[in-house]
Amino acid sequence: MTYLLIIAGVLLIVLTIAAGLIWVERRLLALWQDRYGPNRVGPFGLLQVLADMIKIFFKEDWVPPFADKPVFVLAPGILIATILLTFAVTPFAPGFNVFDSNIAILFFLGNSSLGVYSVVLGGWASNNKYSLLGAMRASAQMLTYEVFMGLSLMGVVMMADSFNLREIVEAQRHVWFVFPQFIGFVIFLIAGIAETHRLPFDIPEAEGELVAGFHSEYSGMKFGMFFVGEYLGVTLISALITLLFFGGWLGPSFLPPIFWFFLKTGIFICFFILLRASLPRPRYDQLMGIGWKVLLPLALLNILVTGAILIYIK
Amino acid sequence: MNTIFYIAALVALVSTALAISGRNAIHALLFLIVSLLSISVIFFILGAPFIAALEVIVYAGAIMVLFIFVIMMLNVGLEKEMENKWLRPGMWILPSILAFILLIDFLSMLRSMNYREIRGQIILPKQVGISLFTTYLLGVEISAMLLLAGIVGAYHLGRQKKKVIHRFLEKIEETHAEAPDTNL
Amino acid sequence: MFSILRSIWYTFLHAFHKRETILYPEKKPYLPPRYRGRIILSRDPDGEERCVACYLCAAACPVDCISLQATEDELGRRYPEFFRINFSRCIYCGFCEEACPTYAIQLIPDFEMGEFNRQNMVYEKEHLLINGQGKYPGYNFYRNAGVDVGVKGKGEGANEELPVDVRSIMP
Repeated sequence: MTYLLIIAGVLLIVLTIAAGLIWVERRLLALWQDRYGPNRVGPFGLLQVLADMIKIFFKEDWVPPFADKPVFVLAPGILIATILLTFAVTPFAPGFNVFDSNIAILFFLGNSSLGVYSVVLGGWASNNKYSLLGAMRASAQMLTYEVFMGLSLMGVVMMADSFNLREIVEAQRHVWFVFPQFIGFVIFLIAGIAETHRLPFDIPEAEGELVAGFHSEYSGMKFGMFFVGEYLGVTLISALITLLFFGGWLGPSFLPPIFWFFLKTGIFICFFILLRASLPRPRYDQLMGIGWKVLLPLALLNILVTGAILIYIK
Repeated sequence: MNTIFYIAALVALVSTALAISGRNAIHALLFLIVSLLSISVIFFILGAPFIAALEVIVYAGAIMVLFIFVIMMLNVGLEKEMENKWLRPGMWILPSILAFILLIDFLSMLRSMNYREIRGQIILPKQVGISLFTTYLLGVEISAMLLLAGIVGAYHLGRQKKKVIHRFLEKIEETHAEAPDTNL
Repeated sequence: MFSILRSIWYTFLHAFHKRETILYPEKKPYLPPRYRGRIILSRDPDGEERCVACYLCAAACPVDCISLQATEDELGRRYPEFFRINFSRCIYCGFCEEACPTYAIQLIPDFEMGEFNRQNMVYEKEHLLINGQGKYPGYNFYRNAGVDVGVKGKGEGANEELPVDVRSIMP
C-alpha cells in the first residue's frame, strides 16, 4: 500500500513540477528580460498553467495525412515513458523512491538513449523535410552527448563505489562530489542540456532555422506531450545533478531531507532557464566539434585521473 | 519470474518475426528494437542487470539509432525490385535447409533438457568488472586494440583536406598539397 | 569560456532591473497627440460639418474602408449624406487625413475600439462626427474658399479680392 502511495506521489510530484515549469519558465525568462511574464490568470498568473492545459486539451488532435501514422503517434509517448521510467529509480529522500536499483545510473543512461527515438521517429514520421533535418540533428547530437554523459558519471561511480543512487548520495556525507569531480560535473551539465535539447543546445528544434524541427507537424496533446516531456527532462537532469554532485537530500537537519532535495533541484532548474535566457545557440558543427574534440577527451582524462588518485589513496 | 520470462520471450519472438517480414524498413527496425528490449528484460530476469542495461544502452540506444539514422537518410523505395532480384530460389533454398536442420537439432536438444526453474543469481556490475579485468583480460585488450584500429580508421576517413575558398589560392594550394601528403 | 560565464552573470543581474512592461489596462501608456488611432469627422468653428464629401479620402484609402455619398443643402453647401468607415478593415495609415482638403477627417490618439461582433466595427456618420474642431481649431474651409454657401459672400474672404466684373473693360 505504501508502495503504491509512493508511486502515486512520485508521479504527482514530477508531473506537477513539469506542468508548473511552464509557468516558472515564462516568469523567470521575463524576469531576466525585464518583463513581467504571465501575471493575469489567478494570483501571479499561477493559473496560466491550467489555462494552457485546457487550451491544449481542446485543440484538434491532428495527424497529417502524409505522416506515418503509427510511428507519428508513438513518438511523443516514447519521450514521456522513458523520462518517467527514469524517475522510478530516482530517490527523492531516504526511503522515498519507487525502485532502489543497483544499476540506477545505467538505467538512466539506457532510458536517455532510448529517448532519442522519440525525437528521431517523430521527425521521420512527420514526413517533412524540416522535421527530418531536426531529427537528424537530434540523433547525431544526442548520440554524441550520450557518450560522454556516461563517461562523466564514471568518476562519481568510482568514488562512490556503486551504481546505486542512494549509496552515491550517502557517499557524499563528508564532501559533495562537485568538488573532487568538478570536471565531471561541468561535462554532465553540458551533456544534460544537450540531451534534453534545451536552449542553448536546442539545435534539433531551432525555431529560426527549422520551424520547430522535429515537432513541426505536431499539434494538440501530442505536441503537449513533447512540451511536457522537455520540462520533465529538465527536472530529471536537475534532480540527477543534485543527487550525483550536490549531495541529494543531505543538508542541515533543521529541515526535512526532501526539502533540501527539492531546493537544490529547483536551483538547477532555474539555472537551466537562466542559460536559456542568456546564451545564444551554437552552430551545429561547433556543437559536434566541442563534443568530440573537447568534452570527450576531458571526460576520459577525468576517469583516468580519478582512477589513478583513488588507487594511490588506497 | 517464469511468466515474465515467457512473456518477454514471446514478445521477442513475435517482434523479431515482424522485423524480418516487415516491408517498411523503419517499422522493421522498430520491431527489432522491441525485440532487443525484451531480450534485455530476459537478461534482467536471469540475474544480469548490468548486461541488461548495456543491451539497452549499446544495442537499442546507440547502434539502432545509427541504423535508423542511415535509413532515414537513404531514399528507400527501390527495395521491392531489389528483393525480387535477390530472392531467387537458388539464393534462399540452401540457407533455409541448413536453418531447418539447425531447428530440428535445437528442438531435440530442448526435449532432452529437463525442466528447470529460473533462479536469479544476481551478478552485480562489480563482479562483471572484476571478471573482465582478471579472467578475461586478454579479450578486453584485444577488443581495445580493435577499437583503437577502428578509431584510427574513422579518423583517417573523416579527415578533411584543408579547404581553400579563394579561387586564386586554390591552384597554388593544390601544387603544394602534393608534397606534404606523402609523409603522413 | 569566461565571456560565457560573464554573459550569464549579466543576464542574472537583469533580475533586479526596472521592468519595461507597462501594465496596460491599469496604467495607460502616453500617446502623442499626433498618434494615428480612431478616425473622427470634425466640425468647423461655426458648428457645421467640415466635410465637403469630395471623396478624396475614399480614393486615398488603400484598403477601401471608407464609403460616403455626397449631397447638397439648399444653399449649395456639400456634405456627406452618409459617411461609413469599416474599422475592421482600416489599417490606420492616415492617408485619408493627408488627403482631406478641409481638415475634416482626423485620426486621434484612441485605439480602444475592440468589439466582439465584427458588424459593430462599421461606424456610421453619427458615430464619427464629433462636436469639436479636433486638431485644427479656428479653421473653416468656406471662409477661404471662393464659393458662397451662406458662410460669407463672394470676395469677402481674408485673402480674397472682390470678383472681377468680366463684362467691364475697365482695368
